[in-house]
Amino acid sequence: MNLPIDIRFERRSEDNPWWLPVATALGSVVVAFVISGIILKLTGGEPLLVGKFFWQATFGSWPTFSDTIVKATPLILVGLACAVAFKMKLWNIGAEGQFYMGAFFASLVVLVPIVPMDSPKVVILGSMMLMGMIGGALWGFFPGFLKAKFNVNEIITTLMLNYVAILWNNFWIFDKWSDAGFQMTPMFDKKAWLPRLADYARQYKAFSGITLHLGVLIGFVAAIVVWWIFQRSRWGYEIKLIGDNPEAARYAGLNITRNIVLVMMFSGALAGLAGMSEVSGVVHRLQERISPGYGFTGIIVAWLAKLNPFAVIIVSILFGALIVAGREIQPSGLAQLLQGIILFMVISSDVLLRYKIRIVRVKPLTA
Amino acid sequence: MDDTPYAAEMKDIVIRFPGVLANDHVNLTVKQGEIHALLGENGAGKSTLMNVLAGLYRPTEGTIKIYGDPVHFSSPKDAIAKGIGMVHQHFMLVPTLTVTENILLGLHEPRFFMNMKKLNQQIGELQDQYGLRVDPEAMIWQLSVGEQQRVEILKTLFRGAKILILDEPTAVLAPQEIDDLMGTMRALIAQGKSIIFISHKLQEVEAVADRITVLRKGKVTAEGIDITGLDRRKLAQLMVGRDVVFSIEKTAHEAGEVVLAVHDLRAENNKGVPALRGISFEVRGGEVLGMAGVSGNGQSELAECITGLRPAQGSILIHGQELINASPAKAIAANVSHIPEDRTRVGSAPNLSITDNTIMKCYTEDPIGNGLTINRTNARAYARQLKQAYDILAPSVKTLACKLSGGNLQKMILAREISANPQLIVAVQPTRGLDVGAIEAIQHLLLLQRDAGAAILLISEELEELLSLSDRIAVIYEGQIMGTVDPEIVDVYAIGQMMTGTRMEDIQESTETHHESAH
Repeated sequence: MNLPIDIRFERRSEDNPWWLPVATALGSVVVAFVISGIILKLTGGEPLLVGKFFWQATFGSWPTFSDTIVKATPLILVGLACAVAFKMKLWNIGAEGQFYMGAFFASLVVLVPIVPMDSPKVVILGSMMLMGMIGGALWGFFPGFLKAKFNVNEIITTLMLNYVAILWNNFWIFDKWSDAGFQMTPMFDKKAWLPRLADYARQYKAFSGITLHLGVLIGFVAAIVVWWIFQRSRWGYEIKLIGDNPEAARYAGLNITRNIVLVMMFSGALAGLAGMSEVSGVVHRLQERISPGYGFTGIIVAWLAKLNPFAVIIVSILFGALIVAGREIQPSGLAQLLQGIILFMVISSDVLLRYKIRIVRVKPLTA
Repeated sequence: MDDTPYAAEMKDIVIRFPGVLANDHVNLTVKQGEIHALLGENGAGKSTLMNVLAGLYRPTEGTIKIYGDPVHFSSPKDAIAKGIGMVHQHFMLVPTLTVTENILLGLHEPRFFMNMKKLNQQIGELQDQYGLRVDPEAMIWQLSVGEQQRVEILKTLFRGAKILILDEPTAVLAPQEIDDLMGTMRALIAQGKSIIFISHKLQEVEAVADRITVLRKGKVTAEGIDITGLDRRKLAQLMVGRDVVFSIEKTAHEAGEVVLAVHDLRAENNKGVPALRGISFEVRGGEVLGMAGVSGNGQSELAECITGLRPAQGSILIHGQELINASPAKAIAANVSHIPEDRTRVGSAPNLSITDNTIMKCYTEDPIGNGLTINRTNARAYARQLKQAYDILAPSVKTLACKLSGGNLQKMILAREISANPQLIVAVQPTRGLDVGAIEAIQHLLLLQRDAGAAILLISEELEELLSLSDRIAVIYEGQIMGTVDPEIVDVYAIGQMMTGTRMEDIQESTETHHESAH
């Protein structure tokens, strides 16, 4: 078949304008929605109706939007955790385990208890955050240390430690702190709950039923901190340098071993904070399956955001919406379908950043 | 001029990159059966022009004719179909496949069944035809660099190349291999192929080319002139636009106190084999000690030991401070600068900006480092200042290091290393692969540091460079120093003998016996 036109790829030799990555990312999300719509249509659905419902279920009203943000909160923190590690080309895929250890350590504050339960709320929540970060950091330390000292592949260790963390958690909630034989601890004291807007429903009528909690602010602050570290701090410069060329970093006198451990711990601490925010802000107890795979979704989030901390927030909200929609829309696989297609589109749109695509007319061959 | 069309004719080629006019109305004509040398400094636009001919870039303006037919390439495939084959400086071979498999890679034939015997035979015939000897069944990783290059040339010939582009083919070769390559080139043109030979080694161009085209800053300064009757000085002038001083002027002055004292240094190479077997020498302030030797005799390891990158036994004193097995950070703190052998793999971070690359060794210091933070404004100002002072050609300090040409990248590294006010500079092959203009600039910068009182250890394989820059030359062979000589009075052949493993004492002895027998 000879078409009168030809599509040609030309390598971009110049620097890309700043808006190009943004435009391609947005464009690929739109294209993903269109493709999903077509699939829906082909299977006999009503794409427009579903789209409308999707919107209503995720962004349509304050309570649903709040649900979306609640789901986005752990993704922001876990996405940041992955972004930090990936920036140094440390492939931390153990955010899931670090999330669980964060949740476990934060819960210890209440379950042991580490601070007396009649302390002020600030003290209790503060120590939960601290413990959450310590738990996550600990779970980042082991693979980081092994990588730095013995060059053990961190992909394997972080992946394996995920299961250790989940099973560790299960042991305690089944065996030690089970609430009447269920696989969960008793509900925490209200003092260990992150403040929610719904708590203020008595003063402000509009807040009733809105579950948005303080965790999202923690996420925003963390994003700003990560941005500051990458853009302004000495440490961030070291991370970038090691990530880009470890040989050059060694030559410039950087301590790579120490930085591997530190970055893994920092990454783990962020994921651990996500675990704390989830037990303290949403579940209010330690239980089984507190994460529906946030740690793995965080990997996707970090990639789609191109490791930019603010883009992590936006991508997390989109993925939060997909999780919420997945609960509301039947069949629930639809949201996952959309997730998959978005990922495909964004990754394949990278081609547009590296090549110019030109459609040229070719003279028809005279046969 | 006769009527036979040119093998390749490029007319008024313009290629614009943001901020840079890489090619400005460039003309290039290649006759059938000639070796056409394309000369120019780094960044003059040679590679860009060749990438256009090979279909990798599309020109902003201009026309290309191949054997008289106008062509428009939109991919390398189009160019290959028209008989253009390019051998890149960095080989594109799969190490774990055999020669034959590499040659077949990417072809549509054979479709499914590979009759290896027949294909090996075909490739063998091709080898016979052009004298490109290499075992078709050998794996690429088993081959020397010269042999790998032959595979690359075979690859283009197998695809029916009639016009071959060789991008700095001699840069990676040993002297003997260079002679072989030149033989191959002559065999190719004898059989009617045409060759475009990119180089900036003037003596090679003189030896093998028929005509030359010279590019300078994207423009043609000499278009297809005959090589006969041109002298080296004239060629260099066309390339850089001014007379090049071949022997650099060195002011005589007294060397100061001992800066670097190495005693009985022993170290292993990456394979765990002893690379340094008891080396001792001193370098004084205001002195250049040249380290001559055939590559792989321990030079890289020596530089790495002194700069803290490699563990060793023995003693390395810098101003009396012991630095054996110290970290690179300690060496930097002791004011040791290092111009590494490998600019891209060690000396720079390719995907970071010029700013981030220039502050690599001073990001903790005032005014750039400020406690926990980096002052971005000051960092950029510092980078701009270096860019200007050292004439680094780039659109801005935000440009990524990987987009700089070799010469500009080296200038950036030198700018960074020199601006640290070093006591000792360890420079390894600082001018390798650079053009005449950049070589001169970099040698000049090194001598300025010498005159300012720094001690310089210059490790190089270019004897000419060592002779013109060094105050003393030490010769290293298999991890031992064969002797140290004064470049003003030494016989070059004596250095040659030491480089191949004769100790200085033995050379003198033999001359003495020679004298005695003369009596």
